[in-house]
Amino acid sequence: MLRPRIIPCLLVHDGGLVKTVKFKAPRYVGDPINAVKIFNEKACDELVVLDIDATVNGAEPDYQMIARLAAECRMPLSYGGGVRTADQADRIISLGVEKVSLSAAAVSSPKLVTEIANRIGQQSVVVVLDVRTKSGLFSKGYEVVTHNAKKVVAGDPFVLAAQMQDAGAGEIVINAVDLDGTYSGYNLPLAREMQKHLHVPMTVLGGAGSLTDVEKLIEQCGLVGASAGSIFVFKGGLKAVLINYPTPEQKDELCVRALGAGQHSVT
Amino acid sequence: MIRIVDYGLGNVQAFLNVYKRLGIAAERASIAADLDGARHVILPGVGSFDHAMERFSASGMREPLEKLVADGDTRILGICVGMQMLADSSDEGELAGLSWVPGRVKRFHNDPTMQRLPMPHMGWNDVMPAQACGGLFAPDERGLRFYFLHSYYYDCADASHAIAHTRYGISFDCAVRSGQVYGVQFHPEKSHGWGIGLLKNFASI
Repeated sequence: MLRPRIIPCLLVHDGGLVKTVKFKAPRYVGDPINAVKIFNEKACDELVVLDIDATVNGAEPDYQMIARLAAECRMPLSYGGGVRTADQADRIISLGVEKVSLSAAAVSSPKLVTEIANRIGQQSVVVVLDVRTKSGLFSKGYEVVTHNAKKVVAGDPFVLAAQMQDAGAGEIVINAVDLDGTYSGYNLPLAREMQKHLHVPMTVLGGAGSLTDVEKLIEQCGLVGASAGSIFVFKGGLKAVLINYPTPEQKDELCVRALGAGQHSVT
Repeated sequence: MIRIVDYGLGNVQAFLNVYKRLGIAAERASIAADLDGARHVILPGVGSFDHAMERFSASGMREPLEKLVADGDTRILGICVGMQMLADSSDEGELAGLSWVPGRVKRFHNDPTMQRLPMPHMGWNDVMPAQACGGLFAPDERGLRFYFLHSYYYDCADASHAIAHTRYGISFDCAVRSGQVYGVQFHPEKSHGWGIGLLKNFASI
């Protein structure tokens, strides 16, 4: 049986790992390499590492750091942050990374997604869409934002996601900006609606406060990537830093329970 | 000594990392001379079939590797697109494959039962080895799981060449073997202990 993927999302800021709340207030949670080592031990499904400085600062990806992470990582690794050209994507893949995540650059130029997919293969191109609920008095629905939620992108997020898929994205990550670090659960209506527009794998990020939230997402969406930051780096009500992840047995039980309850046929 | 063929595609470094951890000597092969006398060769690959075939053919390492295959003393392991290249042909491209393990690489989505499933086939799936799996797995080993990332699958012309199966909508040949040539569709280099075990098994074949 193909299993839904449970994916820690690690944020890099000033060379350290941080966790944000609603994309703000970065709190230092440790050393990236050390975190990768712990996730290796826990036989984690996959890792996402996002450098939250690179795009904002207009900087090049930190290739040395990426190479060190890739060398340590015994599971698939997805890197995002500051990737604007096919050459950069190619170089990152050559360092031993499986997937390259694009966000701002993809949204402003779908052609770039195609160009990169032609170079490194569609399966290795991930587009991360930062989505939030519109906040205006008379506005309804969702909008896509970039640059750590400082810029708003015009257009319907569902249409945009389908456009990214058509352009060559092999996976779409839907990141609910307004739920980041809130422990309030995933935005399930958003995930379900988005899934109708996609035929490539979808990963949902933002809001998970417990493994129960992960289970609810799988129950609703079936074969999905459930990504989270806080729950894999903090433990307990006081949010003590503790890298953690379910055991393969716990993960299997969770998936079987969720898929059984959700009536999703996955094989 | 394990030689990892570096023709610009695939995660050579990940294999070197695994073998370093296992204490098994492994080196990158970038030119024909690097393959001289090789006993174990890994052929990685990602991206599209034709692109991989072109890059491999242009690397200068195709002819020496073909000669090693013909001599029959060298164990070869193709990974992902490196496995698909072992076939005769692929739905994904126009170029001929290496024809080391007879078969065709087919597109999942051509099968109507597949069209409701997300594509690519991405994530961790169970692998069921056949009774005769040539030492790559322990025969009938249970509980094996590996990381997959692909939209095309190998369909062996001779069913006895399929040494393991996986199910995603349909059951497909996820590991193949003909003589000393092996191939796996999944990524052992990124599959934790299950993958490390397979790469260790390959080194001792």
